[in-house]
Amino acid sequence: MREPERPSSPVALHKQLSAIWGTAPGLGRLSAVNHTVVGRRFIVTAIAFFGFGGLLAMVIRAQLATPAGAFLGPGVYSQVFTVHGTVMMFLFAIPMLEGWAMYLLPKMLGARDMAFPRLSAYGYWCYLFGGSLIVLSLAFGVAPDGGWFMYTPLTSQPYSPGINADIWLLGITFVEISAISAAVEILVTVLKLRSPGMALHRMPIFGWYMLVTAGMILVGFPPLILGSILLEVERAFGWPFFDPERGGHPLLWQHLFWIFGHPEVYIIFIPAAGLLSTMIPVLSRHPLVGYAWVVGSLVALGFLSFGLWVHHMFTVGIPLVSLGYFSAASMLVTVPQAVQIFSWLSTMGSGRPRLDTPMLYILGFFFVFIVGGLTGIMVASVPFDWQAHDSHFIVAHLHYVLIGGFVFPILAAAYFWLPHFTGRAAIHGLGKTAFWLIFLGMNATFLGMHLTGLRGMPRRVYTYADGYGWTDLNLVSSIGGFVMTMGFAIVAVDLLLQPRLGRRIRRDPWGAETLEWATATPPPSYGLASIPAIESRAPLTGRPDLGARIAAGEGYLGFTRNGWPETIAVDLVSGAPEQVVILPRPTYLPLASAAVTGSFFLATLFKLYWLVPLALAATAAILLAWTRSTGSAKDHGLLAVGHGIELPPHWESDRPPSWYAMAFLLAANAALFGSLVFGHFFLWFVSPGAEADLVPPAGYTLLVLLAGGALLASAAGRIAVGRVRARGRPGPWLLLAVAGHAAAAASGAVLFAVMPDPGAAAIPAVAAALVAYATAHAGVGLLLATYAVRRARMGRVSARRTADLMVPSLWHDYTAATSLFVALVLAGSSAVLVP
Amino acid sequence: MGGCEGPLSTLDPAGPSAEAIADLWWVMAAGSVVLLVPVLGLIALTFVRPGAVGRIGGKAWLVGGGLVLPGVVLSALIAFTFLTGERLLARPGEPAVVEVRAVARQWEWRFGPMDGPLEAGVLTIPAGQPAHVHVTSEDVIHSFWVPRLAGKMDAIPGQVNVLRILAPAPGVYEGVCAEFCGVGHAHMPFVVEAVEAGAAGGVP
Repeated sequence: MREPERPSSPVALHKQLSAIWGTAPGLGRLSAVNHTVVGRRFIVTAIAFFGFGGLLAMVIRAQLATPAGAFLGPGVYSQVFTVHGTVMMFLFAIPMLEGWAMYLLPKMLGARDMAFPRLSAYGYWCYLFGGSLIVLSLAFGVAPDGGWFMYTPLTSQPYSPGINADIWLLGITFVEISAISAAVEILVTVLKLRSPGMALHRMPIFGWYMLVTAGMILVGFPPLILGSILLEVERAFGWPFFDPERGGHPLLWQHLFWIFGHPEVYIIFIPAAGLLSTMIPVLSRHPLVGYAWVVGSLVALGFLSFGLWVHHMFTVGIPLVSLGYFSAASMLVTVPQAVQIFSWLSTMGSGRPRLDTPMLYILGFFFVFIVGGLTGIMVASVPFDWQAHDSHFIVAHLHYVLIGGFVFPILAAAYFWLPHFTGRAAIHGLGKTAFWLIFLGMNATFLGMHLTGLRGMPRRVYTYADGYGWTDLNLVSSIGGFVMTMGFAIVAVDLLLQPRLGRRIRRDPWGAETLEWATATPPPSYGLASIPAIESRAPLTGRPDLGARIAAGEGYLGFTRNGWPETIAVDLVSGAPEQVVILPRPTYLPLASAAVTGSFFLATLFKLYWLVPLALAATAAILLAWTRSTGSAKDHGLLAVGHGIELPPHWESDRPPSWYAMAFLLAANAALFGSLVFGHFFLWFVSPGAEADLVPPAGYTLLVLLAGGALLASAAGRIAVGRVRARGRPGPWLLLAVAGHAAAAASGAVLFAVMPDPGAAAIPAVAAALVAYATAHAGVGLLLATYAVRRARMGRVSARRTADLMVPSLWHDYTAATSLFVALVLAGSSAVLVP
Repeated sequence: MGGCEGPLSTLDPAGPSAEAIADLWWVMAAGSVVLLVPVLGLIALTFVRPGAVGRIGGKAWLVGGGLVLPGVVLSALIAFTFLTGERLLARPGEPAVVEVRAVARQWEWRFGPMDGPLEAGVLTIPAGQPAHVHVTSEDVIHSFWVPRLAGKMDAIPGQVNVLRILAPAPGVYEGVCAEFCGVGHAHMPFVVEAVEAGAAGGVP
């Protein structure tokens, strides 16, 4: 297809692109899907939650400043420290890194937006709604009070009868939708939406960090989501997964929580380290030393972090040999961290580092994080941890790691990239004053706290007596905390004043390496006016005119076509251009979808169970409504992108971004399923003599129908894709897929009804959960298969446009595999159980 | 050591387990300072003498600081801590051991012989003789911690964990609940009373 007419000037191009990519003013802002806007919202909202979490920390320090503090009672104190931890981990750290990734990644990679802009917005609204629920609960005095780790049985129904624990379980699961959706789109964006020529080895280092982080979220969050579902089901319907009196086990919760919780620490640290690896070379005026080493150490860190979770459980009575393994693995993780630290040190040592405000915060990071790392090695030592565990030593350690490993790098990044957000320089001096208050206050708060812990002060006590040697140390910690807070207040003032009072800057004030500085500042909605070809890891180095040439439309797609928001997708390894991705325009659907999703969580929270099926159906319906504007009703053929290159639109490519998204979503789903299967075998192992017969005699036929129906759907779905590719029409096969899922869902539902009472004991409860899982997947499969039929009828499917069949087909395959597994596990377990 | 004493201080040990762990702490603390100071020095050097650190070569730093240094330090530490841990464990069949029960519930500790009645707040053991404390809970998770004698052991419903403690000298050693267990968490103190072997006090 002919190349569209090029605009007459950079200004004309800017106007055309802005009309396509811009977000409407006023209430139209609620329809924003743009990565710059949504990324900024994530960051600002995370700052607000950080402020709230910080205030709670001050309440804690006020209470502990003196022995027998009379400020709070134990009930309120439990809510305050639970919400403090929950807010900082789930509502500050994770969304903050999502925000930075969203804002920076597309610009760095040379794309005009994230791969799924509506998903970004949907994730944001879920985060805002779920987070607000938790914060509001504190105002009503019904906030979660079982600790951010929510150990059972304390959080089980008999010991926490109120709504408090439900708010945690449902609110956090609601928020985690945003983490999973961010992970999926970060993976697809980094792997596919890069500039032509940006092979993996030329990718900006931050891309690697986010790739590893997103992969970790995908595997690390589902165990927590599963644990939350199981605990909520136990609380609501009495299925005793964690109840030792009915064959459950409280340690199952701890395993699920820490399989998530330990990688979580690295999920928080790795993106922050990615920001450091981007800033340190620029501020040191020397390329990063050991790019390949850093990538290798990141991948190692990602894998190792999943083998450490038991080091949070050294005192639960696990044999020392197993502890020895986890202890050694916990120490081994120091190796990639050390490679990382020495890469930065060597970069600084090889260049001429400049002591600007961001560098000051980076130096603060080095000190605080290394101290946290050293105490981390200490608590990885099993005998020492027997003393330090659950004492204030751990409180000190974790704050060194998290403030050092996340807050200092984020503050450095804020001072480094603020000129990019606002187009203005920071107000001189404020940032430096704030640094010293934060740095000195932080160390005053937490350095002595190590000793408080070693002197025997347990965590999570709301009061203590004089005479244990804790009194002076606690007072110093409280004073330090208030000093640190003053520092953060100054940063907040700086952030508020800079957009108004800061001096305007020219493009790229730091002499940076990466493409985000090739945009105008503040960045326009479309980011890059045209997409440059990439030949090196540092495209801006030695090419000060690159920004102007991009703005003049000299790269690819330096024009507009059909009013489409277009960007380029590449081969994921070589970076060869592969397809033109046409992205969605602003829409209110994400906001509406998040609201409808929220109705499901609220209905569950308030036990309006009759409303739950309606809410689920409405959620499925509104999510399917997203597809009304996707794809195309006709074949377009190749589209010119400039410089003589022609690419197919994504709906006519072999592997559109949505295919990858479904594949990654199913990987997360597999992690959830794996956690459930782990739960089955864990309880199997610890439960002495479960006496119930899991599958009644008639159940075996139903198991065969369940797995057989899903297998039929999978085969039919695949044949339909092949048929469409060959002949342009799917024939009757799509209907067969519908029938297969219908049979599977129906037999799953009947099986569920005739199985032994899941409330009686833990093993039948997990068995029922496995059947429910398979049945629900057949149900969704039925929906997706019907969707494919409808899309084919609407003419949205052709020999070239097969995405509407390919994506459901992936789901069918996954459902078939897991249903078969469920059938085998249940039949096998019953065979063992029945004498 | 000044500033370390206290009725719940792990750094004021009164038994071999706590003493071994306190020694481990001092070794690791000293080692940490030895590691921290040169690294901070290197960072300072990159500003004071730009280029000086880089002259050694990037790869050399990555291999030396990233692989060799942690490799050596950690291997030594892993061996040391594993041996320390082995020494502290409860060993089934150990001769002359007193077996006692510690049963937690919201919000008190009760102690007693394996098949005898339980008494709230005081665990009596003979001085100079190892005791295996069989720790469990009747409701939520608690944790048995007498810092001057040994590390902590969780009290988990449906499960019995065994902790070995030994108080060489007669005396009263304070203990607390270390695992958050609800609003009474701060108010679950208890004591271990080590008495002369053969003295009155219900020691078997």
